Amino acid sequence: MDAKVRELSYSQAVQEAMAIALESDPRVFLMGEDIGVYGGAFQVTGDLVERFGPERVIDMPISELGGAGVAVGAAVTGMRPIFEFQFSDFATLAMEQIVNQAAKMRFMLGGEVSVPLVMRFPAGSGTGAAAQHSQSLEAWLAHVPGLKVIQPATPHDAKGMLLAALEDPDPVMIFEHKLLYKMKGAVPEGHYTVPIGKADIARPGKDATIVATSIMVHKALEAAAALAGEGIDLEVIDLRTIRPIDRETVIESVKKTSRLLCVYEAVKTLGIGAEISAMIAESEAFDYLDAPIVRLGGADSPIPYNPDLEKAAVPQVPDIIASARALVQGRR
Amino acid sequence: MSATAKKAAAGAANVPFAFRAYTPDQLRGVLHKMHLIRKFEEGAEDSYTRGLIHGTMHLSIGQEASALGICAPLKADDQITSTHRGHGHCIAKGAQVDRMFAEFFGKTTGYCKGRGGSMHIADVSAGNLGANGIVAGGIPIAVGAALSAKMQKNGKVVVCFFGDGANNEGAFHESLNMAAIWKLPVVFVCENNGYGMSTSTARSTAVERIADRAAAYAMPGVTVNGNDFSAVAEASTTAVERARRGEGPSLIETKTYRHRGHSKSDRNRYRTKEEIEEWKAMRDPINLFEAELQQFGVIDEAGIAAVRAAVEAEIAAGIEFAKTSPAPAAAEGLNFVYTELQ
Repeated sequence: MDAKVRELSYSQAVQEAMAIALESDPRVFLMGEDIGVYGGAFQVTGDLVERFGPERVIDMPISELGGAGVAVGAAVTGMRPIFEFQFSDFATLAMEQIVNQAAKMRFMLGGEVSVPLVMRFPAGSGTGAAAQHSQSLEAWLAHVPGLKVIQPATPHDAKGMLLAALEDPDPVMIFEHKLLYKMKGAVPEGHYTVPIGKADIARPGKDATIVATSIMVHKALEAAAALAGEGIDLEVIDLRTIRPIDRETVIESVKKTSRLLCVYEAVKTLGIGAEISAMIAESEAFDYLDAPIVRLGGADSPIPYNPDLEKAAVPQVPDIIASARALVQGRR
Repeated sequence: MSATAKKAAAGAANVPFAFRAYTPDQLRGVLHKMHLIRKFEEGAEDSYTRGLIHGTMHLSIGQEASALGICAPLKADDQITSTHRGHGHCIAKGAQVDRMFAEFFGKTTGYCKGRGGSMHIADVSAGNLGANGIVAGGIPIAVGAALSAKMQKNGKVVVCFFGDGANNEGAFHESLNMAAIWKLPVVFVCENNGYGMSTSTARSTAVERIADRAAAYAMPGVTVNGNDFSAVAEASTTAVERARRGEGPSLIETKTYRHRGHSKSDRNRYRTKEEIEEWKAMRDPINLFEAELQQFGVIDEAGIAAVRAAVEAEIAAGIEFAKTSPAPAAAEGLNFVYTELQ
């Protein structure tokens, strides 16, 4: 029997996933700053505190490092915490617990514990919040063995991947682009999961592959729709998970299209696009390439406040159109 | 109250806590574990010198009474988080020395299957959630474990060991505050051995008594002689009972001293030989405890000799077990990074 599908916003989808988890699993609880009566800085937890009470929707003090450690400690002792960073930038305050403790505890203890921890990071630019509230730091965490890092791009995946993360015995870091929170999309009712580690071919095509993450998936789809009018047929892969990367889907796509463009909002240098490019260069898909790999990523600068500069600091649809067209037509 | 009862009560008041609270058998068991910790660390140090153990280690020789006194009131399923100087905590909470040696030797029979070594020694089945290579790294984790205990209503108490160095980390402040506002069943234990690596508490810490910091978190704070088993056990019992009653956390500062350097790289240039010798001669926790046990007729010289002999045999067997245990295969290098890769 197919579940009923409704239109929900991304933030509603995340909230629905958390509500399902809170209802069905007594081990699940939420922790974060102002996630109770305030409803979260981006209203993602909304009224969950009224439905599940302050002991399961915990407003913590502004203590990111300590709070993250509390979530780690709870996870290794039988609970399933969902920890919300108010902004992903504030993870910098908690890196010790994420990187040294959560990621390594199972390994250091020879498999004697698991750390079933879910952390949510509202990320990205475009809100005018300037340099300390607009970063995309997912590659930092994806560099750490022991963590899984996902970037759902649609309301459907936001719900399904959060529910998958809760079933995962290892720490899962979820980067949610703030500009996606209001985006609407089809979301089935009830419980379902979208697997971690599996990319989605958001648009099949034959002339070039665009590997995009998070909000860039939508920009890439917009660019692909525009270029379709010029007879250019782009394949858009929504990577969805950046650790572990779905090598097979990306490699197969590049073997088919012979061209690769990586699009991501995080700083281009040493980012996910570098990893994807190197992965293709090292794989059998390299022999299929008809053109050099192209990366579009964030500028090598902090995110500026001025709205025009802010837009210019990350890839926009016209940038993707220009790069994809040049890639397919063989001009750089 | 009758005259006899009054006299008995007055007499009891002069008897240290441990000699009122524990049976002679239990007290002899404590002495056994004190020697076990000491000899384990001497054995580990000797094996390191012989090249059988690589890396580094942080010895707690001189601090044994603190580990044992704190763990005295704990039940088997109560939990602890420990520190880089955590061998004593691990043994005090119930670990076996053979599997600890095996871990130090990097063998598959070790508590962490050779992946953790001295700095990450743990025994989860006995309630030790692990030593920690990061100063103050275990403090919030202990608070999380206590939050679990409260949410699961399982009656567990969590003891969080850390050193004087950790009390200046932000994690200390954040953790004690959260434990206090949520009234969690956790006991914070600052083992103040006077030095964070080379930096004395006088140079690093604004307050003279670290326990005074408890006032900032509206929790009880006591400073005790960390080399006096009975004094530590009494403070721990008070704090553990309070935690178990659901009245919230406490902070205990055990003042102690490490006879050895911070780690194997330490040249002891920040303290005098005289200071070290004075602590060894006058305030060694094992000597103090043995004298007390004899004073109250719990054990005699022959009994002490028997404890020492039993410990020596246990240590020798443990080292042998470690030497003859198999090492992990290189192909198993990615095991335990993720749960499915096992």
